[in-house]
Amino acid sequence: MSTANPAVERAHDDAHAHDHHDIGFVQKYVFSTDHKIIGIQFLVTTLIMLMVGGALALGVRWQLAYPWTNMPIYGSLFGQQGGQISPEFYTMLVTMHASVMIFLVIIPVLAGAFGNFLIPLQIGADDMAFPTLNMLSYWFMWPAIFCFAVALGVVPGLGVNGMNAGAAGGWTNYPVLTGIASAAPGSGAATTWWLLGLTFVGVSSMMGSVNYMTTIINMRAPGMTMFRMPLTIWAMFITAILQAFALPVLTAAGFMLLFERSFGFTFFVPAGLVVNNADPTVGGGQPLLWQHLFWFYSHPAVYIMLLPAMGMVSDMLACMCRKPVFGYKPMVYSMAAIAGLGFIVWGHHMFTSGMNPMLGMTFMVSTIMIALPSAVKTFNWLGTMWAGRLKFNAVLLNCTAFVSMFIVGGLSGIFMAAVPVDIYIHDTYFIVAHFHYVLFGATLFGVFAGIQFWFPKMFGRMMNDTAQQVHFGLTFVGFNVTFFPMHLLGVAGMPRRYADPYLHPYLEHLLPMNQVMTWGAILMGFAQFILLANFAISIFYGKRCGKNPWNANGLEWVAPSPPGHGNFEEIPVCYRGPYEYASPLVEDRDFVMQTDVLPAADESPEPAPEPAADSN
Amino acid sequence: MKYFWVFFFAVFPLAVLGLCFAAPSMNWWFPYGNPAMTPLGQQIDGLFYLILGITGATFVGTQIALVYVLWRGAVDTEGKAHFSHGSHELEVIWTIVPAGILLFIALYQMDVWANYRIKANFPSGLVAAGEEGGHAEFSGPIAEVTARQFEWRIRYPSPDRVFHNEREVREWLRNPQPDDLHTVNDLHSPTQEPVMIYLRTEDVQHSFFVPELRVKQDAVPGLVIPIWWQALKPDEYEWTCTELCGWGHYKMKARVVAEPAEDYEAFLESLRESQFDDGFQTASAE
Ligand code: HEM
Ligand SMILES: [Cu+2]
Ligand SMILES: [Cu+2]
Repeated sequence: MSTANPAVERAHDDAHAHDHHDIGFVQKYVFSTDHKIIGIQFLVTTLIMLMVGGALALGVRWQLAYPWTNMPIYGSLFGQQGGQISPEFYTMLVTMHASVMIFLVIIPVLAGAFGNFLIPLQIGADDMAFPTLNMLSYWFMWPAIFCFAVALGVVPGLGVNGMNAGAAGGWTNYPVLTGIASAAPGSGAATTWWLLGLTFVGVSSMMGSVNYMTTIINMRAPGMTMFRMPLTIWAMFITAILQAFALPVLTAAGFMLLFERSFGFTFFVPAGLVVNNADPTVGGGQPLLWQHLFWFYSHPAVYIMLLPAMGMVSDMLACMCRKPVFGYKPMVYSMAAIAGLGFIVWGHHMFTSGMNPMLGMTFMVSTIMIALPSAVKTFNWLGTMWAGRLKFNAVLLNCTAFVSMFIVGGLSGIFMAAVPVDIYIHDTYFIVAHFHYVLFGATLFGVFAGIQFWFPKMFGRMMNDTAQQVHFGLTFVGFNVTFFPMHLLGVAGMPRRYADPYLHPYLEHLLPMNQVMTWGAILMGFAQFILLANFAISIFYGKRCGKNPWNANGLEWVAPSPPGHGNFEEIPVCYRGPYEYASPLVEDRDFVMQTDVLPAADESPEPAPEPAADSN
Repeated sequence: MKYFWVFFFAVFPLAVLGLCFAAPSMNWWFPYGNPAMTPLGQQIDGLFYLILGITGATFVGTQIALVYVLWRGAVDTEGKAHFSHGSHELEVIWTIVPAGILLFIALYQMDVWANYRIKANFPSGLVAAGEEGGHAEFSGPIAEVTARQFEWRIRYPSPDRVFHNEREVREWLRNPQPDDLHTVNDLHSPTQEPVMIYLRTEDVQHSFFVPELRVKQDAVPGLVIPIWWQALKPDEYEWTCTELCGWGHYKMKARVVAEPAEDYEAFLESLRESQFDDGFQTASAE
């Protein structure tokens, strides 16, 4: 009996705890175990990392627009002869840009920042199931950041152990290139640091994901059945499961490579290679093994980088269109389908890798079919917006951009999923275009919307909407100027990761186009300062708001803004799903909160769900 | 302001369409604006255009729908939104229809891939019929290409060498012969007939990419991978590396020279002469 409802029990404990809750500043804001503080810590950290990753990207873009010229800032700091950068520095920029963006921005901003902040609030719990683990999951980001910083290879004095350049194996880090120190300037200690960083990120994600699963299964408020959960929660739940099953494979692969590099194991490097006049290799590894293990994680991971944003956008669209989410259950099922299919498509990154060509056909069918749930979700978003009463604020604009850009990214996926076409476009800029449309175009616009939407809950104040609209407009224009032409570069056959494509006559004429793209990127980069400034200023000077500034339905809007320790003043009881906008049951308003008691309705709170048992 | 944003989202698909229609005439399309120079490459182009048509139509349709719902949302401000949790029929329709189209796209491609990569489907001259027996018209590979940081090394069998079966080819791949001919970054091949090379690497991964021929294959340490193509027109085709292989990845620039059979034979002869020329004047050189 006593364990039937942990949420109630905890809230009960808290009632006793209230009087002796004078914890110091450090425990309250630094080593906090409060999910809200941890979420905000994640958010601020990832926003800073976003700027770092962006700065690295601008270095890449400058080189592509004005190759071998004096590169601003980088040139004077790390350049040679008149401020030009070296080709290995360029490869390092490409590698570390992607690593920072993927492992320190996109994954932690979704699961870490929004997952932490929203899960307990939206399911009506007072905190995560394992608060200390939660704190650790944030603090394990810092060793990761430190390792990646060392892997840049630019920190003076850290040129330890033969490290003379930054990690430069690409974010995919394929051995043999990264398995043998002599293979590239960056394949020495820098790659070891990179792998250690990867391991720390993995540990952090794993601690988050077990916590999320446990919390969502066990700590829902009374009446919050699985099918009354907001889609954000469904997305976080499915993401956590993906994470838990896929991540161990990457961690194992990372350790295998570390052991290979440091202790002479041979998993990936075959015998008899003479790399850069070093001694011939011994042993009998298989380079394709890494690719299989890496993509077995990293394909599901691209959905880890998207599903939470899909959930959040569904929530926000419903609220801004004042209309229920169209097809709630199909939305849930299609997310589950994406997650399931996501485990059997990894080979689409390896069509030309030399794996058994028969597999190309299997992976083509599974990959093309994964576009189906994505299509279903897109149609449902359009259905949600249809005949709504749209609130044209920056939240809606960013969500609309999410849908619009996701369409482009999903459609370009079909070209690459088609094996014969992928022969031509694999490892060209077409791929780069594709994943920027899904990761930046979709996920990041979703994150921009989410920041503004939940900002009042985080800080009790609103962000300035006009500034956000300007930020949105500039980012959207800059984004498309930068990334849409990449499709055309891909069709023109321009390979990725080239420090100087124009060495090849068939690519020479693409220089002016690349220059335009670079200026788009610079515009987009500087537009982010609007977001940062708005964020920072609004924390202190934004318009104060009440509990429910958007007239939304979810449980988080029942709590004070910002919620105190333990989140809710009293345990919320959930009577219905989260999307009852425009309900005819009430006359005077167009929303019905999940906690509202309506005498007319025949809805009743269901008993608190047993762990894992699902009613409805 | 809201009409501005509706307009804003309408401009995006228009700009994209405009750019895509202008691209070929601006030379932002396939290299040199040419169709593929191999029959298989032309099939790949065909599939590309098929997918472009299908996805293009989907793009236009969904973007129109998006702009429409935005515009409706800007116009309709009276009362409450339409209260609906979805429609079972619509869900079924928009699951089944795309599923059919996607399945068609997937199945329709299989043959091209099979012909490109599965050795049993290679043109008959390139695969010997039985293991030992040999094929009447079996011609074997024209060369072995070995990638290394940052160049391509090419080894041709002597023009006198005749491969009767796969075993002899394997033997040759394993044991370089004194009469082999060598070039670097310059692969000559006859046009019209299908030709095959074996690709390998001496150090890290690289990738063999000849854009105009639509051929791409990674070179993997430990593996020896056959690649075939059939160049339709004599020309010099640019050849690059598309798998990150170190700092000099971008400069693995090379070329595939496709030439009429006589020229190709003449090339091999002159290569042999220069390679085995020891500078010693024989009596016959009058
Ligand atoms: C609509 C369904 C999608 C399909 C059919 C699809 C298909 C593909 C294929 C076939 C590739 C490999 C291309 C190649 O390297 O030759 C690829 C690469 C990639 N996709 Fe997708 N994709 C889809 C959606 C997504 C989504 C939603 C994301 C992320 C949120 C994503 C992220 C990526 C990334 C990051 C890569 C490139 C990895 C790299 O090589 O660095 N894709 N996709
Ligand atoms: Cu993938
Ligand atoms: Cu290369």
